[in-house]
Amino acid sequence: MTERTRDFVTVGKSCRKVDGFALVTGKPEFVADLNLPETLHVRILGSPHAHARITSIDTAEAEAMDGVACVLTHENTPGTRHTTAGQGYPEPSPYDTRMFEDKVRFIGDRVAAVAADTPEIEEAALAAIRVEYEPLPAVLSIDEARADGAPIIHDEPDSTGIYDTTRNIVADVDIDIGDVSEGFDASDVVVETTCETQYAQHTPIETHVVLSYLDSAGRLVLRTSTQVPFHVRRIVAQTLGLPMHRIHVIKPRIGGGFGTKQEILLEDIAGLVSLRTGRPALVWLSRKEEFVASRTRHPMRVRVKLGAMNDGRLHAIEMEATSNTGAYGSHGLTVLANTGSKTLPLYNKAPNAHFYGQAVYTNLPVGGAYRGYGATQGYFPLETAMDELAEQLGMDPVELRQRNHIRVGETSPIFQKLGEGREGVSQTIKSCELPRCIEIGAERIGWARKRGKKLRVGEWVHGLGMSVMMQGSGIPEIDMGAATIKMNEDGSFNLLIGATDLGTGSDTILAQIAAEVLGVPVTKMLVVSSDTDITPFDVGAYASSTTYVSGMAVQRAAEAVRDQIFTVAAPMLDASADDLVLQEESVVAPSGKRVSLTQVCQRAMYESDQFQIGATASCVPTESPPPFLANFAEVAVNVETGKVRVVRYVAAIDCGVAINPQLAEGQMEGAIVNGIGYALTEEMILSSKGRVRNPSLFDYKIPSMLDVPPLDVILVESYEPTGPMGAKSVGEIGINGPIPTLANAIYDAVGVRLKRTPFTPERVLAAMREAGRVA
Amino acid sequence: MTITLTINGHQGTYEIDPGEKLLDLLRREGHMGVKKGCGAGDCGACAILLDGRAVNSCLIFAAKTDGCDVVTAEGLANGETLHPVQEAFLDEGAVQCGYCTPGMIISTVDLLRRNPDPTEEEIREGLSGNLCRCTGYVKQIRAVQRAAEVMKGGDRND
Repeated sequence: MTERTRDFVTVGKSCRKVDGFALVTGKPEFVADLNLPETLHVRILGSPHAHARITSIDTAEAEAMDGVACVLTHENTPGTRHTTAGQGYPEPSPYDTRMFEDKVRFIGDRVAAVAADTPEIEEAALAAIRVEYEPLPAVLSIDEARADGAPIIHDEPDSTGIYDTTRNIVADVDIDIGDVSEGFDASDVVVETTCETQYAQHTPIETHVVLSYLDSAGRLVLRTSTQVPFHVRRIVAQTLGLPMHRIHVIKPRIGGGFGTKQEILLEDIAGLVSLRTGRPALVWLSRKEEFVASRTRHPMRVRVKLGAMNDGRLHAIEMEATSNTGAYGSHGLTVLANTGSKTLPLYNKAPNAHFYGQAVYTNLPVGGAYRGYGATQGYFPLETAMDELAEQLGMDPVELRQRNHIRVGETSPIFQKLGEGREGVSQTIKSCELPRCIEIGAERIGWARKRGKKLRVGEWVHGLGMSVMMQGSGIPEIDMGAATIKMNEDGSFNLLIGATDLGTGSDTILAQIAAEVLGVPVTKMLVVSSDTDITPFDVGAYASSTTYVSGMAVQRAAEAVRDQIFTVAAPMLDASADDLVLQEESVVAPSGKRVSLTQVCQRAMYESDQFQIGATASCVPTESPPPFLANFAEVAVNVETGKVRVVRYVAAIDCGVAINPQLAEGQMEGAIVNGIGYALTEEMILSSKGRVRNPSLFDYKIPSMLDVPPLDVILVESYEPTGPMGAKSVGEIGINGPIPTLANAIYDAVGVRLKRTPFTPERVLAAMREAGRVA
Repeated sequence: MTITLTINGHQGTYEIDPGEKLLDLLRREGHMGVKKGCGAGDCGACAILLDGRAVNSCLIFAAKTDGCDVVTAEGLANGETLHPVQEAFLDEGAVQCGYCTPGMIISTVDLLRRNPDPTEEEIREGLSGNLCRCTGYVKQIRAVQRAAEVMKGGDRND
């Protein structure tokens, strides 16, 4: 779609990131990069038990130590029930968490916090806290959670929003379209497959960190590594019982998020320490604490059943998901719902569909938002089952997808039935270049040539796999973004956005959108983002929302500013405001006469009918146009060791118009490589007592530069008419691809279907043995 | 105890704890381009040049660096003029969140000093100690290749 991007001046160009200079020169831009005098170091005491009641806690010795400023426990902190999930308000996650509590529900759960002058004193003080526990029977798997007589994890009377406390069920979803049992009866071919995903973690290179202090007016400032500054302000106010206007949240540069920083994990503790002591407080999780006590991707067991006619038309789809939310229900309902809502509309031709499932509590690490958000878990069995179905039908898997996927002008009843923890919003697809994505991807990987050939080189057998998918762009009728733009008399603009750049480059692409509308280079767009005192509201960076939702708010604000500029310029140019255009930092009349933006703003500020040129605009989207992705991979499987090597990975993505192609590719490349780690090596290994046994980047294996295969990301542009400049969002979708794509490629190579992630050599070899494929 | 260190060209005397890591000393002294990601030598975010060689400063006792020369990512640019590796990282879009970037850039400077014309495999090997969770490494590999090209060109002009 270069013919469309050619009309743009700034959009569609890979300009440098607006924060790039500071980042490559190591400027002190991150949370912990401020050395404030008198800063207290805060550390949290974690529970050694998966499930226990605290019968007594004695902090006297710790508090008496020199250099200890305060100790927080359930005995001296507010007991308000809340959720740590930073989502739209009222939150769909249950209020099942207290700051501290006399009950602990997983190994690492908060018991107490110590604030001290130095890390050394802090360690000594933590060791001096005497805690007596009464251990309780623990629930250590999703099967145990709902069993008769299972221990009740949330037996407290004041938690709210839990579906069925007595059976440890945090959430329950059940939606029906048509009648699937009749649909399966009428189908020519039926396949059924069940897949399980593991505990996995985001591992941003910067762990969770917050620095709090009191400003000169005594207000609480939270400088925090978050994706959701405005939710932080609301939830900390609720948790600490503080008026919201006493809190100021600043998100500086942050070292990645991927969903784990959509949680309010530390801000309450840091804030309370500063309020109690009057001193700055730094809470910074160690890598081990991050693994043990932050958030994870909800492990799931998902069953998919497909019914199809002999010609390949899907007739019935059923998906049943059981999600392990761990000790708290953070994002429990919405991740579960998205497992269906972001996957099933892709195959909208089936007249019968059923999605149901439950999220259950266990005494294990806590689930949370993680890039992909349930869709990742859902596409594994769905795209595996599609591969199995293609085989049963004797049809090329590519053709089976082509026959069934959603297209422009079509809808799915799922959009309306299943939303963000409640009913969804109906929509018709207005942009979908998935057919071209499939075509380009198949060509690039050599699908027709190489698939099914089982090429053997020594111990390595090659195979090809593919999968297709969609996600969304924000949460319709819930998400909100807002932007303020004001003009300066040198023709530059301040762009104030609540949106949260967690490394994605959203500050840059939002500046590009504003610069495009106002006819200035990006360097004239001065960006301030994510400061609750300065910038307008935005829900934050999650659900692939920023480009689409915040981007539209920016476009609207820029258009309003443009109109004001034209009103001022019209008399200067003896022209009607309606006839003017903005070009190269000037307003141009049809006569060719022009005035510079500097002249326009100087007139507005100093000369005539003086006023501040500026506007604020908001966007609450009424739909969530999906990006579409076709994945193709070639793998080599070592038949002696079971090791899987990705030979090549091709991802063709319909992203709408790419505002900044380099940054859009970067989103895809990062997500795919994260997905490859999730598919092949990453797994939090839990002991029989529920303890994380590999809490380090040495033992939890994320991909390094050596592990990344040749990776082709192809941006296949479409034009999304509801998006800013035709754009959609692509923050998440890429991470869903590797698991089913590699699973299908492994099957093509060695004839075994992997149903449990990650596909380690041991699991691959065991599957081959079971299938009699090796001696 | 007291040590003398040259940090980004400035010699100074520093009072340290015997058990203090070089990473903590550098950050305490305001060199915030040295990042902490694991404290165990696994991620490379704290990489610096110690007497010209890239090392993880979280693994080194400050006490062992008396008399040494330290260069951090802050010490590579000359005012507004960036080091070619920094330029290449910006031009190739190799920076996302930027938290691993200073360490990655330091390792690249070290790699290109030892091997001005690395193959892709040598780049992957040379930077495998620097973990990045945002980029998928694709653009970082290209940035190293671009920097190598530019720096070779510079040599020819010398």
